[in-house]
Amino acid sequence: MKLIWKALVAATVMATASHAESLKMAVTTSFYNSGLSDVLLPEIKNDLDLDVELIVVGTGQALYLGQAGDVDAILVHARAAEDAFLAAGYGTHRREIMYNDFILIGPSSDPAQIAGSQTTVEALQSIARTMAPFVSRGDDSGTNKKELALWAEAGITPMGGWYRAAGSGMGATLNTASGMNAYVVSDRASWLNFGNKGDLALLYAGDPALFNQYAFIPVNPARWPHVKNDLAMQLEGWLTSEKAETLINSYTLGGEQLFTFNATR
Amino acid sequence: MAQGFLDAWALVFSFDVDLYEIIFLSLRVTISAVIIAALIGLPLGAWLAVNRFYLRRYVIAVLNALMGLPPVVVGLFVYMLLSRSGPLGGFGLLFSPGAMIIAQVIIITPLIASLSHQTIRDLWAEYHDLLISMNTTRAQRIMALLWDGRRALLTATLAGLGRAIGEVGAIMIVGGNIEHSTRVLTTAIALETGKGNFAFAMGLGLVLIALAIIINLMIHMIGKTERAGTW
Repeated sequence: MKLIWKALVAATVMATASHAESLKMAVTTSFYNSGLSDVLLPEIKNDLDLDVELIVVGTGQALYLGQAGDVDAILVHARAAEDAFLAAGYGTHRREIMYNDFILIGPSSDPAQIAGSQTTVEALQSIARTMAPFVSRGDDSGTNKKELALWAEAGITPMGGWYRAAGSGMGATLNTASGMNAYVVSDRASWLNFGNKGDLALLYAGDPALFNQYAFIPVNPARWPHVKNDLAMQLEGWLTSEKAETLINSYTLGGEQLFTFNATR
Repeated sequence: MAQGFLDAWALVFSFDVDLYEIIFLSLRVTISAVIIAALIGLPLGAWLAVNRFYLRRYVIAVLNALMGLPPVVVGLFVYMLLSRSGPLGGFGLLFSPGAMIIAQVIIITPLIASLSHQTIRDLWAEYHDLLISMNTTRAQRIMALLWDGRRALLTATLAGLGRAIGEVGAIMIVGGNIEHSTRVLTTAIALETGKGNFAFAMGLGLVLIALAIIINLMIHMIGKTERAGTW
């Protein structure tokens, strides 16, 4: 009898576990490639009994998936595009979660000598002047939008044989840059977790212009009644909790902190 | 390369649950797609071989051209169909194994139909007088041709399997490469390549190739083909 009782309890527990609710979230590649999602997702599953299914894409595609109602929430990093998304009524609101920074990567010999630059603009101008090979994401992602904004700020329209738009994700673009020994703009997390660095090295970082804010946006249920807004709100609550703060701030790779929690509560 | 082989061995014998989940989903999606595509493609190929109708040659030309259908375009097409903002969005099929099966069926059905049409056409030229003189119905003719051409049709089906199991462009778009949900071997390889983990990606690639070889061997063993006395 005792055994049957135990079996029943076990069966109930397993049934509940397999009936965990799930939510689809389109996230930017850096959130996944950095390895942070591997730390956060099991904890979310523990605390909320919620399976967060990640669709790992560039920010441009993530916003589109939200607009089309194919995901319940998005986690992206491109302020202007996010504001446009909200203005069009595709999302309910925008909640800042954490930040890291963009960095300039290039061949360790640094032919354009950007390592000593005062500003990012100056570094980009050196690259353009020396026509050193530069690989761009070219995929309308958050990193790509940032890079193009920086070129615009530097007063340069990048074109010519030295400027290659890879049209792919951060990892593939880093692979291309590694193969061509070219300069490239990356987020710090993807770079630290990248396994094929070759002769590439981190050459320039630290300019406030390279600030990279990640924000969470639930897809608007008024527009798409099927989206799981209640679960998205639960997830937002968790992502802005003290537990998330500790986990995000203590996540390191090679001794370096990758993200800094900055949600306001 | 050598590291890739080592990783592949380590992977298979690590009995990693995640890896088996990925392998199992690859098999489930591909085999489902091949069965459905064969059920459509084989009779379609036979039907095209035994029927004479206006526009027939154009239909066959289109079918042949569709053998080279770009998977990424199929992926986009299926995405637009299954997206919540698309005509079939209400089913909520996007980012599920079902969506991946649909995309693969569209990719390999023309291949199977076209290859089987070519086989059956040759067989039909041979059987034509006999089947006509026996006063068979059209369905009976198609059945007889499919049965007698089974070896070559198996090859056509295996070609479809080969194309489906190695496909990445379409299922990445409609499946989303979601861990524990829609991640298969090919999308996992693309992901690991993106992370610069070439050796691990290569290891997964070798697992995929081994899997394709094992499936083909098993099918030949079950069908007792390619053995002495039965060719």
